[in-house]
Amino acid sequence: MVNPRSFMRAGVAAGAIALAAASASLAPLAAQAAEPLKIGFSMALTGGLAGAGKAALIGMEIWRDDVNKKGGLLGRKVEFVYYDDATQPANVPGLYTKLLEVDKVDLLVSAYGTNLIAPALPIVMRKKMVFPSLFGLAANEEFKYDRYFQIMPAGPNPLTDWSWGFFELAAAQNPKPKTIAIVAADAEFALNAAAGARKNAQAAGLKIVYDKTYPPPTTDFTPIVRAIQATNPDIVYVGSYPPDSVGMVKAANEVGLKVKMFGGGMVGLQFASIQKNLGPLLNNIVNYDFWVPEPTLDFPGVKEFLAKYQEAAKGKGVDPYGHYLPPFAYAYLQVLEQSVNAVKSLDQAKLAAHMHKATFDTVVGKVKFGKNGEWAKSRVLMVQFRDVQNDNLEQFAGPGKRVVLYPKEWKSGDIVFPYKQ
Amino acid sequence: MKSAAFWGVLAAIFAGGLVLTTVVENEYYYNAFYLILQATLMAVAWNILGGFTGYVNFGSAAFFAMGAYTTVALNKALALPLPLLILAGGAVGGLVGFGLGYLTLRLKGVYFAIATLAMAIVIETFIANWPYVGGARGSYMLTPEKHLWFDSYIQMLFMVMLLLTLTAVVISRVLNSSRLGRGLAAIRDDEVAAESAGVPTLRLKLVSTTVMGAMMGVAGAPFPYFVTFVDPVSAFNLFIAVNAIAMPMIGGTGHWIGPVIGALLVGTTQEIVKVTVSSELNVLIVGVMLVVFITLAPQGIVGLVQKHWKRKQ
Amino acid sequence: MISADLFSNAIVAGILLGGFYAAVAIGLAIVFGQLDIVNIAHPAFIIVGAYIAYILNSRFGLDPILIGLLAAPVFFFVGALIYRVYFLAFERTGQESLSGLAFFFGVMFIIEVVLILIYGFDYRLVQADYIGQSWRIGFVDFPLRMLVPFAVAAALTAAIYLFMSRTFMGRAIQAVAQDRLALQLMGADPVRIKQWAFGLGIATTAIAGALLIIIGPVEPSVGRLYIGRAFAIVVLGGMGSIKGMFIAALILGVVESMVSTFAGPSWSPAVAFGFLGLTLALRPAGLFGRR
Repeated sequence: MVNPRSFMRAGVAAGAIALAAASASLAPLAAQAAEPLKIGFSMALTGGLAGAGKAALIGMEIWRDDVNKKGGLLGRKVEFVYYDDATQPANVPGLYTKLLEVDKVDLLVSAYGTNLIAPALPIVMRKKMVFPSLFGLAANEEFKYDRYFQIMPAGPNPLTDWSWGFFELAAAQNPKPKTIAIVAADAEFALNAAAGARKNAQAAGLKIVYDKTYPPPTTDFTPIVRAIQATNPDIVYVGSYPPDSVGMVKAANEVGLKVKMFGGGMVGLQFASIQKNLGPLLNNIVNYDFWVPEPTLDFPGVKEFLAKYQEAAKGKGVDPYGHYLPPFAYAYLQVLEQSVNAVKSLDQAKLAAHMHKATFDTVVGKVKFGKNGEWAKSRVLMVQFRDVQNDNLEQFAGPGKRVVLYPKEWKSGDIVFPYKQ
Repeated sequence: MKSAAFWGVLAAIFAGGLVLTTVVENEYYYNAFYLILQATLMAVAWNILGGFTGYVNFGSAAFFAMGAYTTVALNKALALPLPLLILAGGAVGGLVGFGLGYLTLRLKGVYFAIATLAMAIVIETFIANWPYVGGARGSYMLTPEKHLWFDSYIQMLFMVMLLLTLTAVVISRVLNSSRLGRGLAAIRDDEVAAESAGVPTLRLKLVSTTVMGAMMGVAGAPFPYFVTFVDPVSAFNLFIAVNAIAMPMIGGTGHWIGPVIGALLVGTTQEIVKVTVSSELNVLIVGVMLVVFITLAPQGIVGLVQKHWKRKQ
Repeated sequence: MISADLFSNAIVAGILLGGFYAAVAIGLAIVFGQLDIVNIAHPAFIIVGAYIAYILNSRFGLDPILIGLLAAPVFFFVGALIYRVYFLAFERTGQESLSGLAFFFGVMFIIEVVLILIYGFDYRLVQADYIGQSWRIGFVDFPLRMLVPFAVAAALTAAIYLFMSRTFMGRAIQAVAQDRLALQLMGADPVRIKQWAFGLGIATTAIAGALLIIIGPVEPSVGRLYIGRAFAIVVLGGMGSIKGMFIAALILGVVESMVSTFAGPSWSPAVAFGFLGLTLALRPAGLFGRR
């Protein structure tokens, strides 16, 4: 999207950098003379995922500026070459081909979201580029590309690891839940989440009493919630996208859904604007997350990063706090940065080998990749909303509202069980 | 255009395409050309029913998607080669088109247009609930390793699409200038009058809807190999339907060359805008061009040229 | 699995949903049903209405329905203006069928993209006291988030019904659809009347938009989802019959709700549109046809 203001801001910033460079000492002059190092990607700047895509881009730009302040990569200034994929998978192959063939970028990273990562893979594989990747759920499952690295901490078996925490928590309660309802949106991520939940439910010996999907453009969720209520499940696992997450939570509240646990795989409850709108309706919902401002997750650098993000995000219409995606958008570039610095070249084979064996220190903690390019160990958090007040955005900035229940390593509080009586 | 000249131009374009694949290596251009050709094929197909016969089809994306999903299903079941998949896509599209033709018996004008819209949604729901082809989750296609004598698979796809589009243009031209085409025009101008004048309206309409459906199915069949990931949202994209309507309207619906001109103009603009400015402006451009053209030049570019021609004489 | 409790709740939810659908379709029942103008952009105007409700609600805390009522006159004039363009470009030259369709298609896309360029693709919501509350009578729930839109839609339908049958302008609008010549003989200007009717149709979208954003979050392209439904309702209702439209809207709402409760929600769109397809094929004049 063209935003004249951001153009101007970019111009001013570029001018400032040029001035700074001119007035700097002679040493970085050599670096300035070398050709810039180009990192290419497509990003959802319009379309369904644009809100998150733009937030990710802000995080990535903070990384770029940080790296250039340190003198760039391999002594070269880092530049981004990126295009808007408009959240349309069909655009992606063309854009990645262009990045490789016309723009001749030095490194590639992925777009945001499974549907936009997967279409790029065949092209990336043909050129054997390393492919740090931003939030694709099991996108590499069918390609099995050995230079794919996923920053989302879904773990080595993304489909089941995704909801495992939810079921572990349920199993630990007294009385132990016996029945479960699974409901999911008819689209890629939600169906995968539901499939994983189904496996986990069977493994945990839960009886599945309701298992249905709904089309994402559903207007009214009360009939669905009522049908779930009629089967009388102990717990409910929901795989949903932002608009339906809102609809589900509201409907559950209106119908007075009586279950012991509710949530699991609801996308959208991580975003501040939706949190503010739902307010107290969120209380006691247990849902996945990747990073929340709890003291147990205070990794080195993350506060500084978020401060920069929150400053940059003002007035851009993106998530004001940026807890969910931006730290990971920063981290997947940190992985690339640390690898390039370690092998001191852009040799893709060497970079891939390094990424496979090294442990990376990032703003989202220590990252170690497994064989299939996913995190070697899952870190899908299960958080529970607590004491959320009405119509108050600021409450979500700090700790206490989203308590980490699982995994134990990062736990910051105990579960409130049951969800509602 | 005289026949000899027409065939000469077609041959020259095809040869040009072949030469291009030996000269230009940059894969990006083939991607862009492919999308433009795909849009052209869709526009030519839409125009056979919309322009020649006067029935507006809002459900173009459904025909396109059926071609694409035929490929997904058959590739999974039998692993057929591409030419057979294209034939199959065309057959399925044509069959559904044939069925749509029978709808015109009862539904005229606006009702028909709405029925096509409803049809697209029903078909999309079925595909989204059919796990074999990936359902709503979508399914991946790996590009085959083999690509004949071409340097890459996308080059081959580009040539395939070029051949298909040229064939469609030939068919469209034949339909437009033959007796059959005059029958279709009679239906467009006044169906009741045509019927009473002895024009076999149902038969002609069936030909028209079947050819349109088959062409759209053919256009969709190679799509899974092109994108490597197909889900209902991208295959049934409304944008495909909008382009299929807007391009002929901008180029001019009465003449076979209209949709070709419209598609080349709009498609090229879109591809340029996509990489230079933004993808969202793409849609805005089609919208604005569509509205401006039909308000100010309802006969499209072809109509403008014809008017200019007449004034000169 | 079918219990009286579940069944009656599904019916009630369907009726409430159907009432909202009536608000979505009523403008189209005038514009498409009476004037034969295929305004495919109708839902896009509803989205504009929803965004206006969002902007004024988040900035001044006004009630969304009040905003819808305030915005309606503005929408009226915009609608009248659009009709003017439409008349000059298409109706006067007799090209409304094909070009007119494409014209509104283009308008729809322009509205959608402009909204995206300004507000992005994020889902927008409104705040109001009744959102989130629920009444319960026996074992039947009445969520206010659905009940309030239903009440407003019913009132809107009643108002337009009375307007159409009691006032001169209303009768003239119906006459335009049926007998243009007689109208001209009476000394009324059909173009002016149609302009009025089109404005009225667009004005209702301001209110429908406010109702839409009360029910759930809105982003610029959700309007597309209502194109098929709105036209389905108008056709089922028998083109232009306000009463028929309201009943058709309720039927569609109940069908969707029943299917999503008992057969699984993923089938509800196909069932609703399959229903439409059947009606079109078997009884094109709709259930309550004017012809």
